[in-house]
Amino acid sequence: MANHHAHAVLPDEPEKATLEGKNKVLGFWLFLGGETVLFGSLFATFIALRDQANGGPTSQALFDMNLVAVATLLLLTSSMTSVMATLALHKKDLKKIQLWLTITVILGLGFLALEIYEFVHYVNEGLKMSTSAFSSAFYTLVGFHGAHVAFGICWIILLQLSATKKGLTVVTAPKFYLASLYWHFIDVVWVFIFTVVYLMGMIGGKVG
Amino acid sequence: MKGWQQYWRQFSLFALLALVLTGCGKDELSALKPSGPVAAMQFDLMKLSSAIMIGVFIVVMAIFTYVLIRYRKRPGQQGIPKQVEGNHALEILWTVIPFLLLIIMAIPTVTTGFALHKEYPKEEAVQVKVTAHQFWWEFEYPDLGVATAQDLVLPVGKKVQFVLSASDVKHAFWIPALGGKIDTNPGQENKMWLQADKTGIYYGKCAELCGASHALMDFKVEVMEQADFDTWVAGMKGVQAKEPVTATSPLAAEGQQIFDKSCLGCHAVAGKGGKMGPNLTNFADRERVAGIKAHTPENIADWLKDPQKIKPGNKMPNLNLDDNQVKALVEYMETLSVSEKK
Amino acid sequence: MSAHASHAPNRSGLWDYLTTVDHKKIAILYLIAGGIFFLAGGLEALLIRLQLMYPEIEFVGAKTFNELITMHGTTMIFLAVMPIIFALMNAIVPLQIGARDVAFPFVNALGFWLFFFGGVLLNTSWFLGGAPDAGWTSYTTLALNQYSGRGVDFYVLGLQIAGLGTLIGGINFLVTIINMRAPGMTFMRMPMFTWASFITSGLILFAFPAITVGLVLLMFDRLFGGNFFNPDAGGNVVIWEHLFWIFGHPEVYILILPAFGIISEVVSTFSRKRLFGYSSMVFATALIGFLGFMVWAHHMFTTGLGAIANTLFGLATMLIAVPTGIKIFNWLLTMWGGQIRFPTANLFAVGFIPTFTIGGMTGVMLAVPPADYQYHDSYFVVAHFHYVIVGGLVFGLFSGLYYWWPKMFGKMLNETIGKWNFWTFFIGFHLTFFPQHFLGLMGMPRRVFTYLKDQNLDMGNFISTIGAFGMTIGTILFVINVFVAAKSSKRAPADPWDGRSLEWAIPSPPPEYNFVQTPLVRGLDALWVEKMAGNKGMTPAEPIGDIHMPSPSFLPFLMSLGLFVAGYGFIYHNYVVVVIGILATLACMFTRSVKDDPGYHIHEDELEEKGVKA
Repeated sequence: MANHHAHAVLPDEPEKATLEGKNKVLGFWLFLGGETVLFGSLFATFIALRDQANGGPTSQALFDMNLVAVATLLLLTSSMTSVMATLALHKKDLKKIQLWLTITVILGLGFLALEIYEFVHYVNEGLKMSTSAFSSAFYTLVGFHGAHVAFGICWIILLQLSATKKGLTVVTAPKFYLASLYWHFIDVVWVFIFTVVYLMGMIGGKVG
Repeated sequence: MKGWQQYWRQFSLFALLALVLTGCGKDELSALKPSGPVAAMQFDLMKLSSAIMIGVFIVVMAIFTYVLIRYRKRPGQQGIPKQVEGNHALEILWTVIPFLLLIIMAIPTVTTGFALHKEYPKEEAVQVKVTAHQFWWEFEYPDLGVATAQDLVLPVGKKVQFVLSASDVKHAFWIPALGGKIDTNPGQENKMWLQADKTGIYYGKCAELCGASHALMDFKVEVMEQADFDTWVAGMKGVQAKEPVTATSPLAAEGQQIFDKSCLGCHAVAGKGGKMGPNLTNFADRERVAGIKAHTPENIADWLKDPQKIKPGNKMPNLNLDDNQVKALVEYMETLSVSEKK
Repeated sequence: MSAHASHAPNRSGLWDYLTTVDHKKIAILYLIAGGIFFLAGGLEALLIRLQLMYPEIEFVGAKTFNELITMHGTTMIFLAVMPIIFALMNAIVPLQIGARDVAFPFVNALGFWLFFFGGVLLNTSWFLGGAPDAGWTSYTTLALNQYSGRGVDFYVLGLQIAGLGTLIGGINFLVTIINMRAPGMTFMRMPMFTWASFITSGLILFAFPAITVGLVLLMFDRLFGGNFFNPDAGGNVVIWEHLFWIFGHPEVYILILPAFGIISEVVSTFSRKRLFGYSSMVFATALIGFLGFMVWAHHMFTTGLGAIANTLFGLATMLIAVPTGIKIFNWLLTMWGGQIRFPTANLFAVGFIPTFTIGGMTGVMLAVPPADYQYHDSYFVVAHFHYVIVGGLVFGLFSGLYYWWPKMFGKMLNETIGKWNFWTFFIGFHLTFFPQHFLGLMGMPRRVFTYLKDQNLDMGNFISTIGAFGMTIGTILFVINVFVAAKSSKRAPADPWDGRSLEWAIPSPPPEYNFVQTPLVRGLDALWVEKMAGNKGMTPAEPIGDIHMPSPSFLPFLMSLGLFVAGYGFIYHNYVVVVIGILATLACMFTRSVKDDPGYHIHEDELEEKGVKA
């Protein structure tokens, strides 16, 4: 069993060094395929309902692009730092991994804080879950993404803490790799949210 | 095994016999007895597709039967059958032939499909707005300025353009003998045209699960000569122009009082009253009570005494009327007619 | 990492099954749970048919009837046939590819318990104020609060939990089949059942998220004041239909493809011939899977999507007839020239062919949109999909169960009872559903709790109900057969049917580790190849050595229990309970992530002595 070598020299690409690791990586890619359908369905629903404001606030009246731009910047930067963590993983440098992941988590928390602020602000402006079909679709799509970010933050913190005890092994390496993959996926989804929800939301009313 | 095969034959004979006995269903109801161009086009497609499919089935069954008889393992049979990998010629054959059969089906599918989706303006077709409710049907003729419920009245030999929607949940509008069918979606409008080529009564159904009394959400289509239809429209309009029918007997007068007090809030008569329940302007002319029961005073009385018993989940409350009130109400309602026959 | 438990933890009885991560035991769990739900769904079906035996009768009444049809459909699809498919996949796929276990044994157990608790949650609705009554399709707005009771909340939550289990089960099988094949087991040497399981798992992966989103949106509408499907606030009822059928149509192929796989195995074995046109079978299966995602709107021809959409979806649907036809002819040609034996397994497989052909034929007829306007939502459709799902899938499952029972349990099912089982079920099936085609065309809509006396629908309905008794007797005979087999002291041999694939190379039931030595696969029909070469068994691909096994775990059970509890919290708007349930699940996930599973080793001296006791 490859486990025997845990304390010996770590192989290259440690995340795929064992069959378990390979299985996890493949399984996670497939899981992300399912997640794509999940978000695809949410996007389709949102696009169908985005102009149904039901007399409540519309996206044009509501969206604050400055705030969204900052949030986008934070999340995209965190995507880059998570790549740095994966690169460090391939160099088998646990300290660097921890450093880059810490930055990733901080940026993610910043994003989440902005999103929560944004939601609270919208609710105060009169856009509640039950206001209109648009509001339901907006909170659901963006909220689903936000929940993914929150879960990702908790997951990465958990991995970081347990790695301080366990070190970098063929068991922990795939976990770091997957967390980074997951974080990328969340960023890609955000790019679509930024485009479909916010950018199209600013001009939507004039077209539709 | 042998015994079972005999039973099987008896069973299938029984089943076949039963179907022959039942025939193709009632003229008024069956999609197998088309009474208009839409149903006829659909029936033609059914016949074409089932003929092709039965042809395929016969081929499959012929090979199937032959194989099962010819290649069953015989006692004492030795040796190992030849392990055949496949046969490209055969495999191409049974890919191409089904494909060709599908093309034969596809052509009328496309042409009929587009023919059925045509929309006819009011110059060419009677326009009818259908609104489905739990568990009854509202029919409005916007160009003629009349409205009715439960009994759809149509002229023979003329296209009818329907615009359909629902007020509460999704229903589906289906008149099997004239052609079918389209959903009535809450919050959206659908369109469909039909035409009846023979006068008479046809049965309509709700085909989408819509609640407890989905099974009982029937309606009737009364198809009449154009002249009779015009008379009917005139009658409906005439009633609407004047005051609601004046009671013809003391009992009916008493009934009218109850009606005006307890029923008019939900049911319209001659342009007056609410729209929560079916319009009752020509109630006495209707083919059925509540869409399902024979039109008799007893059935009307039963309905009035306990509407939930007959159509569970419908919106009409029990008015808690005593027998005399019910009797008076029935007497009055039986005068709500626009037909000269009654 | 360094510490290995060298012996299997000593567990037995119920505790063993509550904590097992062994794919063979999980298979048995799936079979038992799926079997019980199948009986429940069957009972519901019988009550439906009794209510419809005569016109205008009061037996269960309108409201209960709607609950029965909803629960019958939902139970049969999600809680009965899918788990039984998963039972066979779990029991057989790892054996057919020469693997010691699935890729994610822990996730495998979690998938089962999620399905189980989701199913139990859904069914408790019967005792907690009424089952869901908006149809298994739960079309909105009927499924919104205004028009239906709390039952639909059970539907929404139960299916989300069960669906999650199915989704991770699908991922597990994809990875298992891609990564865990024995040396020499190339993709084009995999048995058809494994191929079918592979493609079915792929369909699960891409179809289930769509229904999950649909259910979440419906839950938001029902519980949190969302407006997705509420037209009064700008919502759109058709979105639900799209989401449901984007899942729902692939679901049909998720169900039927494994049956195709089973029939391919059984027909080939009992004809003593290799599968005719293996490559075209693989190609056809993949093509059906692919096209399955392109045709969902044929369930919505009457929704009002317009002529162009209807025509395109109709034509795409017709295309599926081509690969399906290829399969039927390949089965026939597999039997051609063979030495066909007719044990019960093959009776069901042979009975499947004409029955499924009829289901396929009516399927093509339904693909013609203008004609479908007449068939849609009538009993014609009810007849069609029961020909496909019962005449296709359930026949296939019975065939697979009779075929693989000895492998799963080490006991043979009784052939005499089996034959009675087949004939009663087969005849009962055709009596029940054949007349329904005509009932539909004669104007009987589906999901009606009664019909009027004067509409010529009496005879067909009566015959249909009589047929339902036949199917009931057939099902009871199967249950009896299970008990007879369990009581019997005769052990099943390793290879009772003169099998062709790897599962028949190892004892019945297989030991915990399946293969003492991973086999070397040298061709399609791996075992048959060795038999023809005059070898006694498979050639090993590795020396005998210690075998590493994953540890059993109670966490999958607890994680699922947490979501089960949270489900009730949602249904009864008690958010303290929701938080407790979800925290319990998260705590289990935390434990799983932090605490590594060292597993244990079975020492080479112990090999062959241990075996799975069923």
